[in-house]
Amino acid sequence: MRASEIRALFAVASRPEVVSLAGGMPYVQALPVEMLTDTVERLLRERGPVALQYGSGQGDVTLREQILDVIGEVGISAHPDDIVVTTGSQMALDLVTRVFCNPGDVVLVESPSYVGALGVFRAYECDVVHVAMDDQGLEPTALREAIAAVRASGRSIKLIYTIPSFHNPAGVTQGPERRREILAIAREAGIALLEDDPYGLLGFEGEPPRAIRADDADGVIYLGSFSKTIASGLRVGWAVAPHGVRDKLVLAAEAAVLCPSNYAQLTVSEYLATQPWREQIKSFREVYRERRDAMLDALDTLMPAGTTWTVPAGGFYSWLTLPEGLDATAMAPRAIANLVAYVPGTGFYVDGQGRRNMRLSYCYPEPDRIREGVRRLAGVIESEIELVHTFGSAGPASPPSGSAVPAPDLA
Amino acid sequence: MHVLVLAGGLSAERDVSLRSGRRVAEALRGSRPGWEVTEHDVDGSLLDRLRNHRPDCIVPLLHGAAGEDGALRDVLDAFGIPFVGSTAAASRLAFDKPVSKELARTGGIHTPDSVSMPQSTFRELGAGAVLAAVVGKLGLPLVVKPTRGGSALGASIVRTEADLPAAMVGAFAYGDVVMLERLVTGTEVSVSVFEGDGELLALSAVEIVPEGELYDYAARYTAGTTEFFCPARLSDDAALAAQATALNMHALLGLRDLSRTDLIVDADGVAWFLEVNVAPGMTETSLFPQALLAAELSPGEIAAGLVEAAIARGA
Repeated sequence: MRASEIRALFAVASRPEVVSLAGGMPYVQALPVEMLTDTVERLLRERGPVALQYGSGQGDVTLREQILDVIGEVGISAHPDDIVVTTGSQMALDLVTRVFCNPGDVVLVESPSYVGALGVFRAYECDVVHVAMDDQGLEPTALREAIAAVRASGRSIKLIYTIPSFHNPAGVTQGPERRREILAIAREAGIALLEDDPYGLLGFEGEPPRAIRADDADGVIYLGSFSKTIASGLRVGWAVAPHGVRDKLVLAAEAAVLCPSNYAQLTVSEYLATQPWREQIKSFREVYRERRDAMLDALDTLMPAGTTWTVPAGGFYSWLTLPEGLDATAMAPRAIANLVAYVPGTGFYVDGQGRRNMRLSYCYPEPDRIREGVRRLAGVIESEIELVHTFGSAGPASPPSGSAVPAPDLA
Repeated sequence: MHVLVLAGGLSAERDVSLRSGRRVAEALRGSRPGWEVTEHDVDGSLLDRLRNHRPDCIVPLLHGAAGEDGALRDVLDAFGIPFVGSTAAASRLAFDKPVSKELARTGGIHTPDSVSMPQSTFRELGAGAVLAAVVGKLGLPLVVKPTRGGSALGASIVRTEADLPAAMVGAFAYGDVVMLERLVTGTEVSVSVFEGDGELLALSAVEIVPEGELYDYAARYTAGTTEFFCPARLSDDAALAAQATALNMHALLGLRDLSRTDLIVDADGVAWFLEVNVAPGMTETSLFPQALLAAELSPGEIAAGLVEAAIARGA
């Protein structure tokens, strides 16, 4: 099945009858709207002409100071000069890739990996090489082997891209020891580590995991975002980068957009200065924890034997593996016909892996809808098992297709 | 004058339908600036809308089930609102490929041999034995497709028996009954038919040359992936035969206003009927609009004419 067919199915997923476990939209409804109304009103009244003007290419200096408080939560200490504010951390990904990579350069990514990053690497004609994960995330032995194999083939590795906390789409988290190992391998190999951490503050248990960047200011570029902790529509993210890299990022940012939206930045800045943002993050956590629990309970109760899934300790996603012989891409139309949507696993790889996998998101639907969605999905999987049993085939091979994922505005 | 264009729906062809709807609504607005032309999805709010803001005419542009199988048209009938296109009963005949093919056969129209079976047949009798029997009867290569639904979703060409099971699973993902049809090679064409001034007209056949071997979903809706020739590169006799087949199918099934018939013209100039669509696609890459443009007809004028005729006809 081609990517365009899968995208056509996502068009159906936007209908209210369909329970969409496919999207990645944060539940911004959990943000009290009056908090932002006051913030924006005060901003325009008191600093309107500044907010509506161009700003610095590196981002508003007050906001950069405030970002230090936010990244302090994951153990990072830095200087405001180390920070580049971007239009969502997606833009930071784009800028870092532009600065680091030439066509044909290798980027090592997890198996599976964030589809938005794969899209960027592909756009800059990088060679993406997947490295295996286990339930602790990126697997050190596999990483060492991948570095050796790529280098033996004469190619140059420019970045190791990792999402250590509450991985999208895999739903796993690197423990402290694992993070130390990954960092040691990157250092030893002299390869920059690109740490993408949009969900770091959205853990359901204990303190937020300590960022890898907290233990290395020179070899790690850290990407953060307000999309999940305030609101995705504001499009404010940032990179924390070592001096030499940061200047290049600023130049690249100026070339791309002159400056990130001053209006959005000052809205975030005003919000951080005047609203109880830590409390708000707690209430986001509660919302997502309740939904994760609803999903995991339903999966436990309803999924047919042979189906497995990851248990996320934070973030938005669980990664499900179908029983042997099933193909999540071939099954997608049947799921849509039964009014439930997911993202087939092949979209998170560049090399055709992931046929037995799917990403399930619990961030947007209400808990009751999640349970209903899982119930429908279980029925779909059961019929598919019967179909595959009848024909002894999983269906037409799905080609590698990173574009077979929904647009960002799908629930 | 208030015209409601229905597009979207819950089928896998929702996105195509939305694009068709937008395009037809724009064309109508362009040709009849005085009309109020609105687009609406088929959802829980539709019937309230019909009750509270009753349109003078409806243009159903839903593809796939509900839109083309007659169900929605029955509802429109119940509301007594005139609509463009075939009746519910005729749509049902057209939408079910085995039924329309059988009617074609009885009308003396060529159509490739085929068999259609639900999943339960394969489960109960054993898929291997059933497929072997089908291949024994029809030979290879075969086209495997769901018996209902369009845009070639779930369709594939099978050249070896080993590839059949995967194709069957792919087709059953889109429907409960699957057709295995002998592949006829030749020129793939599509003939659009519409009624104007009380007369049934067949436009020139459009020839389809997809990049790959199948005119599949991606080939249909990705600009530049398929080469079209209008008129098709056929002999005069073959072109006439294709048009005659489309006109005959339209009449045989009792269709109304417009339809599009998909055919293969073989090396001997014989036109083989594959399927007929009562709600042909109207997107920027679709065949019906291409045929109209090639005939220097304005899609907006034709659509407006069909709306006017539907209103004159009444519900």
